[in-house]
Amino acid sequence: MTWVPSTAAERDAMLSVIGAKTIDDLFASVPASLRAKSWALPAGISEMAVRARLEKWAARNAGGVTSFLGGGAYDHFIPAAVDALTSRSEFYTAYTPYQPECSQGTLQSIYEYQSAICRLTGLDYANASLYDGGTAVFEATTMAVRLTRRNRVVCHGSLNPVYRAMLETHIANLDLELEDGESPEGAACVIVQNPGFRGDVEDFTALAERCHEEGALLVMSFYPISLGILKSPGEMGVDIAVAEGQCLGVPLNFGGPWLGVMATRKEHVRKMPGRIAAATEDAQGRRGFVLTLQAREQHIRREKAMSNICSNEALCALRALVYLTLLGKEGLREVARHCHSKAEYLKKRLSFAQILNDGPTFNEFAVRLPRNAEEVAAELITRGFLAGLPLASLGAGEPNDLLIAVTERRTREELDAFAHALEEVCS
Amino acid sequence: MQLSYEKSVPGRRAIVLDPLDVPEAALPAALCRKEAAALPELGELDVVRHFTRLSKLNFGIDSHFYPLGSCTMKYNPKLAEAVAALAGFAHLHPHLSTSPAFWAHCQGAFELLYETEQWLAEIAGMKEVTLQPIAGAHGELTGTLLMAAYHRDRGSKKDTILIPDSAHGTNPASAAIAGFKVIEIPSHEDGTLRLDSVKAAMSDTVAGIMMTCPNTHGLFEPAVAEIADLMHAHDALVYYDGANLNAIMGIARPGDLGFDVMHYNLHKTFATPHGMGGPGSGPVGVGERLAPYLPGPRVVKGGDGYELRAPEKSIGRVAAFFGNFMMALRAYAYMCHLGKEGLRQASENAVLNANYIFARLKHAYEPAFDLPFMHECVFTAAPQAKKGVRALDIAKALLDRGFHAPTVYFPLTVKESLMIEPTETESRETLDEFCDAMLDIAEAVDSDPESLHEAPKTTPVGRLDEVRAARQLNCAC
Repeated sequence: MTWVPSTAAERDAMLSVIGAKTIDDLFASVPASLRAKSWALPAGISEMAVRARLEKWAARNAGGVTSFLGGGAYDHFIPAAVDALTSRSEFYTAYTPYQPECSQGTLQSIYEYQSAICRLTGLDYANASLYDGGTAVFEATTMAVRLTRRNRVVCHGSLNPVYRAMLETHIANLDLELEDGESPEGAACVIVQNPGFRGDVEDFTALAERCHEEGALLVMSFYPISLGILKSPGEMGVDIAVAEGQCLGVPLNFGGPWLGVMATRKEHVRKMPGRIAAATEDAQGRRGFVLTLQAREQHIRREKAMSNICSNEALCALRALVYLTLLGKEGLREVARHCHSKAEYLKKRLSFAQILNDGPTFNEFAVRLPRNAEEVAAELITRGFLAGLPLASLGAGEPNDLLIAVTERRTREELDAFAHALEEVCS
Repeated sequence: MQLSYEKSVPGRRAIVLDPLDVPEAALPAALCRKEAAALPELGELDVVRHFTRLSKLNFGIDSHFYPLGSCTMKYNPKLAEAVAALAGFAHLHPHLSTSPAFWAHCQGAFELLYETEQWLAEIAGMKEVTLQPIAGAHGELTGTLLMAAYHRDRGSKKDTILIPDSAHGTNPASAAIAGFKVIEIPSHEDGTLRLDSVKAAMSDTVAGIMMTCPNTHGLFEPAVAEIADLMHAHDALVYYDGANLNAIMGIARPGDLGFDVMHYNLHKTFATPHGMGGPGSGPVGVGERLAPYLPGPRVVKGGDGYELRAPEKSIGRVAAFFGNFMMALRAYAYMCHLGKEGLRQASENAVLNANYIFARLKHAYEPAFDLPFMHECVFTAAPQAKKGVRALDIAKALLDRGFHAPTVYFPLTVKESLMIEPTETESRETLDEFCDAMLDIAEAVDSDPESLHEAPKTTPVGRLDEVRAARQLNCAC
């Protein structure tokens, strides 16, 4: 089994041009003592057999279930044109656009993506993408540390506990203090999330003001779909906005690839990590796009770079761009409105449970059930529902607490059926 | 080409939802944005045509030979794309792994993760592998965090990492982001790393060394085993940058060479698409010493199927879940199809193709080193530069001849560097056409240098003004 086109005769002809007798002669620089001690791998199997095996494994995963599971990743509808356009191999088999003249499709897409993110967040500059929502929080943190030269980092209770755990891992060997709360005094930044992990929607304008009075930055992890209606990070005075962009036309993919989004204010752009595309002209005055401010990056600045990031999630950023372009100004507002209204409808149907959110929520809320949430979820999955995230499994709630998310995909019929099934297994 | 925003027509729509089937709910005005985000307003065909036309401005592997050194731009099999479209994987919610209550419903995904880790471990001679790191550089960061955890656990204050001057920029950047000081070790003029140079920088504060083998000069490091021994004698660790693993599959294994920790680039060696710069995937493999510190949770075999467990001294999570799962899936399909023989043949032919290009070009371009190249060959265009034609001009002239350029100006150790990595999936005809184009350009250096300065002429735009781009900084509209 191979994707090598050369025949034995061609290989011999090539070897004679090289002046070698056998292919092994080409490996003369690897001494016998350093050769592989083991190579115990299975023999290759046909394309047909590979597909059969993976189809079998795919069928062992939950399929065809009605999902109310969120917790940072959401089951939104993906228009057919997103897959059709992003599966063009001119996009997915291209490399990083270091040769701009033969990469204008990539570079203009990045420019349009950055523009979409800026318009969505109300901020001035966005980068071409980071890995995912969690690493974007880490990148925003180190960016804030660079900008303020302070080493105290404050995590607000609204932040996704998975992101907080990732942040802790990534900064373990740095001279930084991580604490919980919302006091900006002497801090490099306060990191908040809106809507919060348990669904609460807040206005962080006052906190942004307090941060700025104290010389700290406000970092916000946001939910891109919610910005169809919610107050933007820019309107609240946020300095660095980051997000998990999976909700923008990227499948759930069992956790990846997803999309790390980052945007910031004009004055901070030179400390921002990641690739940035900019418009310029060629000698004939034709508009074109290039990667810019590359002196921030590892291939130029090495150990003094703003980040070590090289590969990003460009193809997922293209998915997000195509998604946002298809939805357009009105479409995004419509999706957000549907998510919110349907979640509110479901909330009202769950009178047998206690809603744990005191204030407004967007499309996700926490409930305390009369029974253990993990048991309930396990029973409901056999009835065709992914009931939500049992919060205790992440140490983010009591054993009976369940985080429920609703997207535009859920019909009233499904909401009614789910509310009914949930009530049944709880009673 | 016009921007989508410039084509926008107020009120035009592409995707419209069904009418809302529940009562409309409203949030307090104070929590809402004042105006809708000004996204483009276009019809579906407008959008489809816009992006189809944009795609045609790109060179991709499916349309063009892409001999980028260090990037391993091999063919991305369609099989991998087909399995990545399977709904049972693509629409699987990762929080199914969060609660044991759901584990019975993601066993297929767990099996895929487990098996992929087994394959990668055997390929590189590592004890265990984590698929969490999202890209090569993220793998480097994870690897250096593991090194830090190991030394911290032993109560030692080793704060420095040695890195050869030929290393990828990500190596020193990752070490620094992880909190280490970096000492750069100069390469010998023959292009390899000498034991003496490493010894000269060695001290008790050295936590380890990061090496690439074959290195970015395309050369196997002859002192690799001695350098590993030196490190281990000082309780320092040896990191393998897997960017060039495509040269040695089935020939040599980092674990056997003495490496303690490494990253793989699934988007290089294992043929997952580069996607215009990502997503990639940078799994990390470790030997005995670092296995207890691996990121968690990890998929293990339990009594009733696969389950999750965190290693004893785990550094925690570097990804929210299992990294770029769909890239692992693609890589698994690639490995399974090729198997034991096919993977070895991939490396053999990668080295054959690079040496063939080298043999055809070595009289027209000056080799950067005299030692035998492996999967990539490095030339210096310094002689051409003396005649006024720089590596950049050669790169642009190649675009006009229908080829993506090689990597230029890297490694930084070679002046006017041209780094060519053809990979194993290219045919002899393609290699010949490329070599003919390179020879044609070499001739033009003497006969018509001006034509090279004007290149490229056949691309949608000519050379772009990068100074203006940085000065005016128009990055969004």
